[in-house]
Amino acid sequence: MKANKRITLLCGHYGSGKTNVAVNLALRARKDCEKVAIADLDIVNPYFRSKDSSADFEAAGIRLICSEYANSNVDIPALPQDMYAITDDKSLKVFIDVGGDDRGALALGRLTPAILAENDYEMLMVINRYRPLTRDAASTLEVMREIEFACKIPFTGLVNNSNLGRETTAEDILSSLPYAESVAEASGLPVVMTAFDESLAADLDGKVPHPFPLTLQKKII
Amino acid sequence: MADKVLMKGNEAIAEAAIIAGCRHYFGYPITPQTEIAAYMAKKMPKIGGTFLQAESEIAAINMVYGVASTGLRVMTSSSSPGISLKSEGISYLAGADLPALIVNVQRGGPGLGGIQPSQSDYFQATRAAGHGDFHMIVLAPASVQEMAELTVKGFELADTYRVTSMILADGTMGQMMEPVALDFDVKPMPEKPWATTGTKLERKHNIVNSLSLVPEELEQLNFARFERYRQIEENETMWEEYMMEDAEYCVAAFGIASRVSKNAINEARKQGIKVGMIRPITLWPFPKKAFRKAADQVKAFISVELSMGQMIDDVRLASECKVPVTLCNRAGGMIPSPEQVLAEIKKVAGK
Repeated sequence: MKANKRITLLCGHYGSGKTNVAVNLALRARKDCEKVAIADLDIVNPYFRSKDSSADFEAAGIRLICSEYANSNVDIPALPQDMYAITDDKSLKVFIDVGGDDRGALALGRLTPAILAENDYEMLMVINRYRPLTRDAASTLEVMREIEFACKIPFTGLVNNSNLGRETTAEDILSSLPYAESVAEASGLPVVMTAFDESLAADLDGKVPHPFPLTLQKKII
Repeated sequence: MADKVLMKGNEAIAEAAIIAGCRHYFGYPITPQTEIAAYMAKKMPKIGGTFLQAESEIAAINMVYGVASTGLRVMTSSSSPGISLKSEGISYLAGADLPALIVNVQRGGPGLGGIQPSQSDYFQATRAAGHGDFHMIVLAPASVQEMAELTVKGFELADTYRVTSMILADGTMGQMMEPVALDFDVKPMPEKPWATTGTKLERKHNIVNSLSLVPEELEQLNFARFERYRQIEENETMWEEYMMEDAEYCVAAFGIASRVSKNAINEARKQGIKVGMIRPITLWPFPKKAFRKAADQVKAFISVELSMGQMIDDVRLASECKVPVTLCNRAGGMIPSPEQVLAEIKKVAGK
């Protein structure tokens, strides 16, 4: 997928892999764009944050908009001090990692009027068929409605990031395609990407819609 | 092969509890176990169960006591400081011989400590979860799959022996994600003729209580309880042995420490050191026989722990101090690295 819009919002049930997708989208966008930022608005989860990859961002010349308390073990819901750069600095291409389900999306509401007014955004739902609470179209739609209700921004597309962590096989990706289609049908939204680890790229060549190989994988023990 | 799902350890506990027939969860949020409560909050209303965020940990454990009295499967979960708050209620559960499941996803302590993983509640879980003469069955999972399986096992054992079971996990086990197969069998719940389910005017009242003012009777209750503990020790002790057939050195480790140790053992084997591991799966009852047997085979034990050294006492007791027991540890939320464990193995082996 080519990120044509200035702001790309990535939402999803936790564990869907949205941070991973956001990080990879930002890295790719940096190739054509001077000013790229990744914004981590998670106020719920104190672990596994975009900040884990901060050295990679610095090396790639990507700005990280993130709470100072992320990964500090100070377990409080805090927003980044520079979060208004997302909507104020129109020269910035931003990928927003909206963590923490609907409760996390609530924090995004503060930016909603400005995002909707500018109207240069893509709101993507990252879905993973192998997560227990989003195993079918009905339950996935339920999570989507909760997130939309919390942040008041309607979704514009789906990212199929179905995976079983490090054990994911090409077969697992292929068998998630009917699920992604059923979510697309139920929501009326297009699947804009099928994401997978780059090691599976050869096996999946020509077999998945809008392939998006992920190069940088977030480290989880 | 069963269809696998990708789960956090905490979610695996919650889902497995539901599969085991638990429809009543009472808790109070604390990192790093909050996903258990969050999962229950989402799922319980949909399946006719109860999720209740109590006003405190103390309230939650007493709600567990209430439901357990009716014979239904019930659980609570917390992390280290929250378990301390529950300790009075845990003792009352033991005194009333009530089956229940308690989950402790440990964090660094003492006090409020931090939010990183720890195993420093080993003494609390195996020795002193509350006042009085009692034990809990303490289960120590080492994978997300085991988080699920031991949760089911915990409910089953609790019902069979009328005791409380505890899952003693740590922050890493709670937060890490792994594929899980949830197609395990659950044994039917045994009859509970003691439960307070209403007399229907057909029998005498059942009374669930931990108060017993006649010392002769209270002593008999303790004797009967310890007879059940003896049966548990005999029948339910679980452990895993890894590369112990020809081992000259033995690592003792549970939970996340055993995973780190496995890596170190594999590397040590490559370097020609004959080392194996005994991984207790039940911390109480402790696999005494396995360690006693190993004490006649190995030259030393190495206890690898995320604490200042707690299980090491059980290793010494079980091995009757036949050979030296050393400690390889980190504390306060830190995890020993495979390199640290390997260095300790080499040091003990004199290499």
